[in-house]
Amino acid sequence: MTAVAAPLTQDGRSGIWGWITTVDHKRIGILYGVTAFTFFLIGGIEALLVRTQLAQADGTLLSAEAYNQLFTMHGLTMVFLVVMPTASAFTNYFLPIMLGARDVAFPRLNAFSYWLFLFAGLMIYTSFFAGGAPDGAWVGYAPLSGQITEAVRMDFWSVGLQLLGVASIVSSANFVATCFTMRAPGMTMLRMPVFAWMSLVVAFLLLFSLPSVAIGLFQLFLDRNFGALFYEAAAGADPLLWQHLFWIFGHPEVYVLVLPAMGIVSEVLPVFSRKPLFGYEFVVFSGVAIGFIGFGVWSHHMFTSGMGPVAEAGFGVATMIIAIPTGVKIFNWIGTTWGGRLNMSTPMLFSLGFIAMFVIGGLSGITHAVVPSDYQQHDTYYVVGHFHYVLFGGAIFGYVAGVYYWFPKWTGRMLDERIGKIHFWLMLLGFNLTFGPMHILGLNGMPRRTYRYPEGLGFEFWNLMATIGSYIIGISLLFFIWNIIRSRRNGTLSGSDPWDGRTLEWSIPSPPPEHNFDEVPLVRSLDDFWHTKYAEDEQGRAVRIPAVTGAEIDVFAEEEGEAHGDIHMPSPSYYPALSALGLVILGYGFVYLSFGWIAVAVGGVVALWGLFGWSLEPVTRSEHH
Amino acid sequence: MPAERRHPSPDTVTGDRPRSARTLDRAGLLGVAVLVLASCSGSGPQSALSPEGPIARDLDGLWDLVYMLAVIVFVVVMAVFMYSILRFRERKGETREPRQIHGNTVLEIAWTIVPAVLLAVLAVPTVRGIFDVRATAEGPDVVQVNVTGHQWWWEFEYVDLASADGHTLVTASELHIPAGVQVQLTMTSRDVIHSFWVPPLNGKRDVVPGRITELVLEADPEVADKDFGYGAGVIPGQCAEFCGLSHADMRLRVHVQSPADFDAWVAAQLEPAVVPAEGAAAAGFETFNAVCAACHQATVVDTDGSVSVLGEDRVVEVDGVTFSAQYGPDLGHFGSRATMAGAILDNTAEHVAQWIDNPSDLKPMAPERNDLEAGRVLGMPSYGLDSGQISELVELLEAWR
Repeated sequence: MTAVAAPLTQDGRSGIWGWITTVDHKRIGILYGVTAFTFFLIGGIEALLVRTQLAQADGTLLSAEAYNQLFTMHGLTMVFLVVMPTASAFTNYFLPIMLGARDVAFPRLNAFSYWLFLFAGLMIYTSFFAGGAPDGAWVGYAPLSGQITEAVRMDFWSVGLQLLGVASIVSSANFVATCFTMRAPGMTMLRMPVFAWMSLVVAFLLLFSLPSVAIGLFQLFLDRNFGALFYEAAAGADPLLWQHLFWIFGHPEVYVLVLPAMGIVSEVLPVFSRKPLFGYEFVVFSGVAIGFIGFGVWSHHMFTSGMGPVAEAGFGVATMIIAIPTGVKIFNWIGTTWGGRLNMSTPMLFSLGFIAMFVIGGLSGITHAVVPSDYQQHDTYYVVGHFHYVLFGGAIFGYVAGVYYWFPKWTGRMLDERIGKIHFWLMLLGFNLTFGPMHILGLNGMPRRTYRYPEGLGFEFWNLMATIGSYIIGISLLFFIWNIIRSRRNGTLSGSDPWDGRTLEWSIPSPPPEHNFDEVPLVRSLDDFWHTKYAEDEQGRAVRIPAVTGAEIDVFAEEEGEAHGDIHMPSPSYYPALSALGLVILGYGFVYLSFGWIAVAVGGVVALWGLFGWSLEPVTRSEHH
Repeated sequence: MPAERRHPSPDTVTGDRPRSARTLDRAGLLGVAVLVLASCSGSGPQSALSPEGPIARDLDGLWDLVYMLAVIVFVVVMAVFMYSILRFRERKGETREPRQIHGNTVLEIAWTIVPAVLLAVLAVPTVRGIFDVRATAEGPDVVQVNVTGHQWWWEFEYVDLASADGHTLVTASELHIPAGVQVQLTMTSRDVIHSFWVPPLNGKRDVVPGRITELVLEADPEVADKDFGYGAGVIPGQCAEFCGLSHADMRLRVHVQSPADFDAWVAAQLEPAVVPAEGAAAAGFETFNAVCAACHQATVVDTDGSVSVLGEDRVVEVDGVTFSAQYGPDLGHFGSRATMAGAILDNTAEHVAQWIDNPSDLKPMAPERNDLEAGRVLGMPSYGLDSGQISELVELLEAWR
């Protein structure tokens, strides 16, 4: 390893101020991850309360009013405050490193996205203490969401989602720019890891879909606060307009939630099978295809809404088509394991669990595409079962695999394998016990979003099973948390490459220095790091190349300025956090109109101050080492 | 070995693979068993898997088809998957490096085309099924019912069934239909989006303010004599689109009757309610006129034989169709209904008294937010009636069969 005098990290700032002003993508990734996990626990408690209420017929634990807030916030939290930020956490941390870059294209914009996410999420949660949380379901269908304007619950919802949308849009622009402009020399698009590709597709999905829901939310906000009539049937408007605008975002959104997890699985499987991803190009292109087709199926959420048979048939067939690229991915993953030498580590178990659970969830999705059958399934617990299989058994299992896989890179220590396996099996059992029976409940006639159900309809047994399952999930999470806490202190030291990995993040220390790479790598192939360790014999089997010190990665150091130690890293800044704070103060103002105009003004001034400071400050620190 | 690997290799870190692989076997088999067993259940009275009419049977047939295909695909894919992870898992001490295979174009084409073919097979009956379900029931024998969804109860108007005085049959929460006959529902909502759903008879259809949606119901002839736990021929249903506080409590009952019984029911419902001449019920009638008729209609015949409708006619006009849209259910035949409050409670004197005293005790509502001018009705308020007035009203309402 070439000795490099590392530039002063975080510009010398330490402690909380260091974290608030950081523009280091790795720290921002950790902030996203810790925040998302905290919201995951909160959303999980909301779910446990819901499940406890439903464990018996005519439950009395929760009033209808409390219940409606809890299930709304559970959905909102899990979608916007857990799964999306978790994907962001991984993308933030690893996209630049996988591309051989030192940071994202716009580091301060990156920080801004995080702070806006945190402040907006907190803002929405303060509603619990300000008269009640949003209670119109996470999808907030008009006209119900516009009906009660004296209470501001649904204003917290619409304003909060707008702010979260801004955070996602700028983050997506950042990641697109990073993928297109900051790849290391030699890294063509088709040499990017699959995880990077999925992050890129997701960024495009968000850029094109968020405007639709933003428009819908603006219209709803104007209806609620300024007497607009966008969704007023009495004035001749069509309430279905809301559903279209929402689901044009909402459907691509579900691919936003799961594609990064699919990317992680595509990274883990080859490493623990000790062979390349089967059909790399097909996996990449099926991800792109899912992104495209995903924009053409949105009204499959609306089969019973009264669109008419032609629209229903069109969207039904389109939904069937999207199963094809999804199947391609699954078959390629199985092909990756075939003929390999499988290491059943915890990341591998969670990735394999992802595949099994996603097959189930994907198949139940195909049953939805059989439209006449969906007339029975829609708006019942069958749907709740379906989407939890793809979003929990799928996305969350994939992200947990990522945690077990990359924990050594973040911390320099391994997570404990025995505790990890207990976590996996408990979570798998609890998850299936919770959501499997929901398919039965739905077809047996149990609608969703119901605070109670009566005796006599045959719902009691499976609801009780589902509640027990949800508590088992909770217990499995305790093992997860214990594993993380214990391993941070006492975990086995990992070194830079504990898993004999294939991608660039394993070529740098654990945890990485702020500048990631001492020297920018020159990339000669897909899985370039693996190819510096292994060649292939005549039968195509991997053969270890004798270890060489230092020059494992080619050096690209043509310019004078790139001489040892002369690495320019962007300076920390508090302006991103300040700008985000200003926007959220402004958001509060909009929630509490009309005396909120004062907060709108104050927030606007703070945000402008932040943006001006941001524009005028120098980007990189002046010291050279 | 690379210089940095001073730590335990992955082989020793993971440990007991064979045991975890056997457990994987068992888990997989358990999962399949649950799946198969689950498909055998479907006995609830509100179950889509127990169709009681031809349309629901067609939907169930499509479900059977796609479920069977899904189970086959699941078993095949999982078999290959499980085989792969069991066959190729690392044995203790194994050091063989696998062949670094990058893909196989023939396989890629095959597993793109085969699913496409399977889906095409599914698409044909799917599209046909959509157009069948969406077809409007036509003909002179079809019973025409207008449905108006309210927060949080269902209003039904039999538009072709009118008394001699021209008053159509209007009722709430209980939908009586003749067995073996098509019933055409023409639906809208008075406020927010709801969804009409009686699974054993058909899939659901949303009811949307400002729009008309349609649904056909038809029960098999023998259903009139079947008891699902609510009396002969009674099938439960409920709203299936989240509509606020009492979404879970916006239920209904379909009473499937023989054509003769249905005709008798219609005739009785078309008779005006008798204004009681004396007694507690007569006092109750005074209260009804003064308080209840502001929101609840009733067609009554007075002691002098004159027929009148208490309360104002309230309607919504959608696409040229007039829908009855009262603030509260028509009460002219309240005593004949088996349930009340949106089909969540049995119609007993005790429940009625509790309801009149404070409706929000029995069903979560927000009458304090009522804004009748703006058309927002979120429940029945309490009128502070004393127990005497309440028992008189109960006498009246139970007498109105």
